[in-house]
Amino acid sequence: MKILVPVKRVVDYNVKIRVKADGSGVELANVKMSMNPFDEIAVEEALRLKEAGKAAEVVVVSIGPAGAAETIRTGLAMGADRGILIKTDASVEPLGVAKLLKAVIANEAPGLVIMGKQAIDDDMNATGQMLAALLGWGQGTFASKVAMGDGTVDVTREVDGGLQTVSLKLPAIVTTDLRLNEPRYASLPNIMKAKKKPLDETTPEALGIDISPRLEVLRTAEPPTRKAGVKVASVEELVQKLKTEAGVL
Amino acid sequence: MAVLVLAEHSNSALNEATAKAVSAAGGLGGDIHVLVAGQGARPAAEAAAKLAGVAKVLLAEDAGLANGLAEPVADLIAQLAPGYDAIVAPATANGKNALPRAAALLDVQVISGVTKVLGPDTFERPIYAGNAIQTVKSRDARKLLSIMTASFPAAGAGGAASIESVAAPASSGLSAFVSEEVSKSDRPELASAKIIVSGGRALGSAEKFHEVIEPLADKLGAAIGASRAAVDAGYAPNDLQVGQTGKVVAPQLYIACGISGAIQHLAGMKDSKVIVAINKDPDAPIFQVADYGLVADLFEAVPALNRAL
Repeated sequence: MKILVPVKRVVDYNVKIRVKADGSGVELANVKMSMNPFDEIAVEEALRLKEAGKAAEVVVVSIGPAGAAETIRTGLAMGADRGILIKTDASVEPLGVAKLLKAVIANEAPGLVIMGKQAIDDDMNATGQMLAALLGWGQGTFASKVAMGDGTVDVTREVDGGLQTVSLKLPAIVTTDLRLNEPRYASLPNIMKAKKKPLDETTPEALGIDISPRLEVLRTAEPPTRKAGVKVASVEELVQKLKTEAGVL
Repeated sequence: MAVLVLAEHSNSALNEATAKAVSAAGGLGGDIHVLVAGQGARPAAEAAAKLAGVAKVLLAEDAGLANGLAEPVADLIAQLAPGYDAIVAPATANGKNALPRAAALLDVQVISGVTKVLGPDTFERPIYAGNAIQTVKSRDARKLLSIMTASFPAAGAGGAASIESVAAPASSGLSAFVSEEVSKSDRPELASAKIIVSGGRALGSAEKFHEVIEPLADKLGAAIGASRAAVDAGYAPNDLQVGQTGKVVAPQLYIACGISGAIQHLAGMKDSKVIVAINKDPDAPIFQVADYGLVADLFEAVPALNRAL
């Protein structure tokens, strides 16, 4: 079985982003970019399934500008077998991403797609669900455990109040939550080896997919800031202030 | 114009998230209908019918809908969609699971985690873990949005809507419910609690987390929350996590104990009415958002606070 792992190039999660003063977006020039952390977890899970003999090949796919090839190389350095870059400078919304991935999947015919539950830039939490709908496949979102069965996969999901386990008919889509695994670091020899692994390129035009955005971004602003309050000297002062000043006790 | 709201419920009861989605739907204009999809869910439908502003409740009952699986719920939404200009779901685990799937079936770009409804097609939503707020206008003819429950007041009582049964979709056989482990607790639910006592990595162990945080929460009738660091370290279960990747909350009072205040955590609680921070590091970022900060060792200050109440 082949596992397909879509990965997104995003601003590194350690970077404190800056909103452009003219409200046109977030400053992306000269900012460190990395693989979306949830997608790293997805690559790791796919590799573990391959190492356990449950999968034969792991293919990473990214959609983005030329720089997204680096993100694919990161996945290859972790251990994935080959990569596909769908090259575009446009900002692609989850619905467009899902349509592009559907076109790739028509060629690749994977038995399982594992992807991050959300990208930490637009925080949409939608692409996996949308892709599952377009393919007519089952979905196991927010996964904290993945267990392959015979023609099925059991996915334990993080839901409000606890965990839910569902059984999906394969092929299926799994989206990863934080506690599914701890992604490995790529070793230097593997980083070198990754440079020689195959990386194919295509474009939305070549795939015949319309990715024009459905949402118009009117502005991007700093969130309202909350003013720091006062430091209290003691527990007694705190209780007194909560009772009289704040009126919440 | 009519708006369909996807209800969050447990079949036997309606979750407060539904009332918040109804109030968000009010900002879109038009009649509001609530969809209750489940099995044995008439009690939830009856509760939804009593919400102010609801014109009609649609009740779909089927064994396949009993556990809120995304595949049948999305099929049901897509089946009902032609009658509606907008479909609103609370951004609960169920809403986030089913709504984008329904949107793709309808060829619509879903708008997730809306914090403000500015009009029938224009919305505010946080991006980059709440470090920026984007205003977006949808070009889709039909809008599908999930709303952050902490950002909207709950619709009140006073409605007397009719309940209409609708047919459940045929089973696709794509997914099946296996099991559920839901933590049982007498404490209020994190998402709707008036007071939250939250613990961080400084607690040091699961034992200390229970020993220090629980008595204060019990005294205040509060829900318990945790930072991602505390959850990752295994001090608290993951469903208690407050933050951008956990729950976004906005209680009347949020007491952060031994939480440094990572951006990720602040994104999940900065809309609380009053924030109290107890931390021994005077430079912890949590103090930049706290209304009342106490620089102290939490192992002394939290029990002392409990005694002083």
